[in-house]
Amino acid sequence: MIDFDYDIIWSNLPFLWEGMKVTLLLTFLALVGGLLLGTVLALIRVAKIPILAWVAAAYVNFFRSLPLILVIFWLYFLVPLILGHSVGSFYSVLVAFVLFEAAYYSEIVRAGISSVGSGQIAAARAIGLTYPQTMRYVVLPQAFRAMVPVLLTQAIILFQDTSLVYVVGLKDFLVSAELIANRDQRLIEMFIFVAIVYFIICFSGSLLTRHLQKKLKI
Amino acid sequence: MNYNWDWGILFREPYLEWLIDGLGWTVSLSLIAWVIAFCLGSMLGIMRTSVSPTLRLVGAVYVEIFRNVPLLVQLFLWFFVFPELLPDDAGMWVKREMPMPALTTAIIGIGLYTASRVCEQVRSGIEAVGIGQRNAGRALGMSETKVYINVLLPNAYRIIIPPLTSEFLTIFKNSSLALTIGVVELTAMTRQIEEYTFQGFEAFTAATVIYSVVTFIVMLIMQTIEKYVRVPGRVSVG
Repeated sequence: MIDFDYDIIWSNLPFLWEGMKVTLLLTFLALVGGLLLGTVLALIRVAKIPILAWVAAAYVNFFRSLPLILVIFWLYFLVPLILGHSVGSFYSVLVAFVLFEAAYYSEIVRAGISSVGSGQIAAARAIGLTYPQTMRYVVLPQAFRAMVPVLLTQAIILFQDTSLVYVVGLKDFLVSAELIANRDQRLIEMFIFVAIVYFIICFSGSLLTRHLQKKLKI
Repeated sequence: MNYNWDWGILFREPYLEWLIDGLGWTVSLSLIAWVIAFCLGSMLGIMRTSVSPTLRLVGAVYVEIFRNVPLLVQLFLWFFVFPELLPDDAGMWVKREMPMPALTTAIIGIGLYTASRVCEQVRSGIEAVGIGQRNAGRALGMSETKVYINVLLPNAYRIIIPPLTSEFLTIFKNSSLALTIGVVELTAMTRQIEEYTFQGFEAFTAATVIYSVVTFIVMLIMQTIEKYVRVPGRVSVG
C-alpha cells in the first residue's frame, strides 16, 4: 500500500478548477448546440417532410453507429482543413460533440413528441391552429416536460463523455489532473480524486433526475 | 480545401493489414467484454429484483458506482491505480507478468462498466414480466431460484433483446476507449494511418464505414432473432 498524499490535491486545486471550467463549458455548449440541432432533426422527422425526413433519419442512425472518439478525431482533422487555418482543439471538439449529441437528443425529442399523442394534435388542428402553432403551443411544451428527466440523464452522460477530449489533449478536468499526476508522480491520488469528483457530480445529478421524474409527471 | 486524395492507400501494404488487425482487436475485445458484462450484469439484475434487501442494496451500489464515473477514468483506475493498491507480489504480477496487460485491463474495465448497464436492462425485463407470474410460480410451490430459472428469466431475456442489442453495440463503440491505455484497435489504427500518411480523410472514412457496416449487420441479425423468440402477444420494452 502507498501512503496517500492529500497535499498534492489541495495545492493544485486552482489548476484543477481551471480544467473543470473547460469541462463544464464544453458540456454546456455541447448541450445547447446538440439540443437545438437535435430538436430541428426531430421536428423534420415528425413532420414527415419528404427527402429531408429521410436525411434526418440517416444522420441520426449514422452518428449513433460511430464511436465518439472516432467523431472527435474526424473533426479534429476536418475543421482546420475546411477553414484553412487551425482553430485550437476546443472548437473542433465542440463541433464534434454538437454533431454527435444531436443524434441522441433528436431521438429523445422524437420520443417526447410521440408521447403527447395524436389526439391532441388532431384537436389543435381542428380548432384552427396551424402546424407550427400546434407544435409551439400544444405539443412541444408537453413534450419537453416529459423529456426533462431523460434530457438530464443524457446531460450527465455528456458530462462524462467530455472526458474523451483526452484523446486530443484538450486541457479539461481529467487532462489537468493527469498532467499533475505525471509531473509529480502521484497517479494514485490524482485519479482517485478525479473519480470521486465525477462520482459526486454525476450521482447528485441522477438523484435530481429521479426527484424531477416524480415531480414532473403529467 | 486543399487535399491530395489517394484512396488506394487503404489497400496498400501495410495499411490494409493494419485495418484488418484493428478490426480484429476491436471485435475480440468487444466480444470478451460482452461475455463479462452479460454474465455479471445478469447476476446483478437478478440481485436487484431479489427478495433479499442486502442483495438489492449490493446491486444498487454497484450500478451507481460504475454508472457515475466516466468509463475513461475507470480504465485509468484499473490500469494505473489498481496494481499499486494490491499487495506487492500481486501488483508486480499485474504490471509485469500478466499477458497483454493493456488488452486485459481494457476487457475487464469495459466489461465491468457495461455490466452495470446490462444489470438495469435485466432488471427492467424481470420487472416487465410482472409480479403476478412471480407469485403464481411461488404459489405452485416453486422455490425462488426455480421461479427465476423457469419463469422470470426466460421471459425477461426475450423481452429485452432490443435494449441488449444496443448495449452490445455500445460496448462495440466503447471498445475504442481502449486506445487510451495503448490497445491498438480499429480507431487507433486509423489514427496511426493518418499520422504515417497524412491521408486522414481516407483512413477515418475506412473506420467509419467499418463501424457502420458492423453495426448494421448486428442489428439485422438481432432483429431476425428477436422475431423468432418474441413472446407472443407482448410488445417489447426499451
